[in-house]
Amino acid sequence: MSERRTEILLADGSVIADDWVWLRLPESTEPQKKAAGKPVLFRVTGETAAPPDVVAGVAVPVTGRVLLPLPLWLARKDELAARVAAGEIGVWIDSFEEPEALPESLADLNALPVIGLHFPRFVDGRAYSAAFLLRNRYGYKGQLRALGDVLRDQLFYLRRVGFDAFALREGLDAHAAAASFADFPEVYQTSTDQPQPLFRRA
Amino acid sequence: MYRYNDYDRAIVKARAAQFRDQTRRFFAGELSEDEFRPLRLQNGLYIQRHAPMFRIAIPYGLLSSQQLRTLAHIARTYDRDYGHFSTRQNIQFNWIPLEQVPDVLDLLADVEMHGIQTSGNCIRNITSDPYAGIAPDEIVDPRPWCEILRQWSTFHPEFAYLPRKFKIAINGAEHDRAVVRCHDIGLEIYRNAGGELVLRVFAGGGMGRTPIIGSVIRDGLPWQHMLTYCEAILRVYNRYGRRDNSYKARIKILVKALGAEEFARQVDAEWAYLKDGPSTLTQAELERVAAHFTAPAYAADAGGEAELTARAADDRAFSRWLARNVREHRQPGYRAVVLSLKPTGKPPGDADSATMYAVADLADRYSFGELRVTHEQNLVLADVRAGDLHALWGELRKLGLATPNIGLLTDIVCCPGGDFCSLANAKSIPIAQAIQERFDDLDYLYDLGEIELNISGCMNSCGHHHVGHIGVLGVDKSGAEWYQISIGGAQGNDAALGDVIGPSFAADQVPDVVTHLIETYVAHRTPEERFLDVVRRLGIEPFKTRVYANVASAKRAKEVEHV
Repeated sequence: MSERRTEILLADGSVIADDWVWLRLPESTEPQKKAAGKPVLFRVTGETAAPPDVVAGVAVPVTGRVLLPLPLWLARKDELAARVAAGEIGVWIDSFEEPEALPESLADLNALPVIGLHFPRFVDGRAYSAAFLLRNRYGYKGQLRALGDVLRDQLFYLRRVGFDAFALREGLDAHAAAASFADFPEVYQTSTDQPQPLFRRA
Repeated sequence: MYRYNDYDRAIVKARAAQFRDQTRRFFAGELSEDEFRPLRLQNGLYIQRHAPMFRIAIPYGLLSSQQLRTLAHIARTYDRDYGHFSTRQNIQFNWIPLEQVPDVLDLLADVEMHGIQTSGNCIRNITSDPYAGIAPDEIVDPRPWCEILRQWSTFHPEFAYLPRKFKIAINGAEHDRAVVRCHDIGLEIYRNAGGELVLRVFAGGGMGRTPIIGSVIRDGLPWQHMLTYCEAILRVYNRYGRRDNSYKARIKILVKALGAEEFARQVDAEWAYLKDGPSTLTQAELERVAAHFTAPAYAADAGGEAELTARAADDRAFSRWLARNVREHRQPGYRAVVLSLKPTGKPPGDADSATMYAVADLADRYSFGELRVTHEQNLVLADVRAGDLHALWGELRKLGLATPNIGLLTDIVCCPGGDFCSLANAKSIPIAQAIQERFDDLDYLYDLGEIELNISGCMNSCGHHHVGHIGVLGVDKSGAEWYQISIGGAQGNDAALGDVIGPSFAADQVPDVVTHLIETYVAHRTPEERFLDVVRRLGIEPFKTRVYANVASAKRAKEVEHV
């Protein structure tokens, strides 16, 4: 299963054509879980995305730039070494997966031109922390891309924690959305974009 | 109190403009209800039974008279002439149409107020001791610390979409008046043996569906590390708090599941990366913020004590008010005065616009133009001269704000309940009123002494029923409203959660239940024991036995029906 996106909004407000294929694992066929009578919206941190046989069965496109799901990358990275060297491999991490697994899996995280972080719904805020960790703890300098339910009114925060590319949910106007980068003239606290708190700058 | 600088002002104005545009896009159909919901929540707007409920932040309960006048103006112009002071030291309006909220936000921004992060799954308004800066038992004034945390948490980009809401409270006195043990993070500031300011950090406390008293996860933390340590807690929670089930999403469930020790270890592991980093607080920043909270220009020879003693001696009503509604002050010749928003017959915590305007004037005339909101839903004039008390009492009596019931049974803490709130299982205000009517005899109330009674209309516990000496909780049973009663809860240094006495009751039985609880207390007490002390000494059994021998619970009523 793959999905091709046509537009990516960048942190400077420009919009570019996407030349990456976002490869996804097959949708789970398990029945929807329920807790206290309500459907479970989000998976608990640390759950596995898919059983090993499902991951093994996914076909990776043999040419072009591909954004791979983390479990697939972890299981099959050895066979992809040449394509990593060619700059054709990126990895995306789901909201319930721990981002630490990625830097632990290769010598140089910056060999990946793109890392994606997925928002199953925009209210699942785990990827904000994942982005912060990848940028600040693991020194990732490449493109950090927000995937999934990525909307206009979260862009200011997303950029602050370290995202610099946004695959907005289909149907949204990326040029109009870019206005939200300017929502606030100043910020109090540190994050990836601003290593000094206001009280050390003002 | 803290006054905005140009940065603060620009940020709050930008927020008002941002929400105006979001509201416009919502009405234009560009934002769906699901997309708009967290945006409006983080500006204080719930959709309620009548209109959106609009919650305005009163940071750590501090208000200027000018701000109160703006709130009065909003009540009069945009609402039905009243507002409700909440248990989180905020104010709520119930009738402002969504279309008008952006205009109200502009008015609020002009007086350095807003609805930022007063609901939603983010870091909420920081709460604290309403007697900060004046309490005789204060070790450290908590207000600068509250303000520093307020700024840090405002629009924190990483923590705006947490698993669930997140509440922080700070106490700086010997007696905890901020309920720090029932917050997601509770901070106590004190001086260690070496005289240095340090923090005791509680985490994982909370009320709601699963009430838990917080655990100390760190003690003796030097003050410079307050923000980095909180950041570490929030990051662990944001990543590992449960998002599969909203009933288990609060940090208390995570702390309980891991155990406080393991949770503390994970926080420490995260903190190791942040410690001594740029967010470490500086002496200069502490001084900058603390400079906003200096003592007002107290008269060195305020005097008035002799006159006060004389007046109290020959006026029983006045002396009663002094005993219940006036508190000791650090500054000789001054007192703090509690304005009771709990007269019989009015919803606890409500104030109409005329009252708000009048209180603002009294604050200007008697208390340096400032006032405080307590989490027991009363107002405080914090700096009143002893010699002014009699005159102020006269003014407050005219306004209906001098009911001498602070800390007594009728000083009921109560959420808006089913009359207003769409989350509620049951009404709470009529229950409060029925209890107030039952116990309207002041002599009897005095004789009963301190009793805290708290009512919540649902498990969300806005009325803090878990920590009431008597707690009343509205529950829904097949569409009918019932009330579960607990006793033995307490706030403060020995905070405790109440024990449920048994099956629940119908609304009209609740005053009878309270009567039997009180009579059990009276029968067993020694002269110096409060209600809570007797519950602690005897346990719930004698109370339970007497109540169920005399009042038919819902379960019994049902059984009788089916015979």
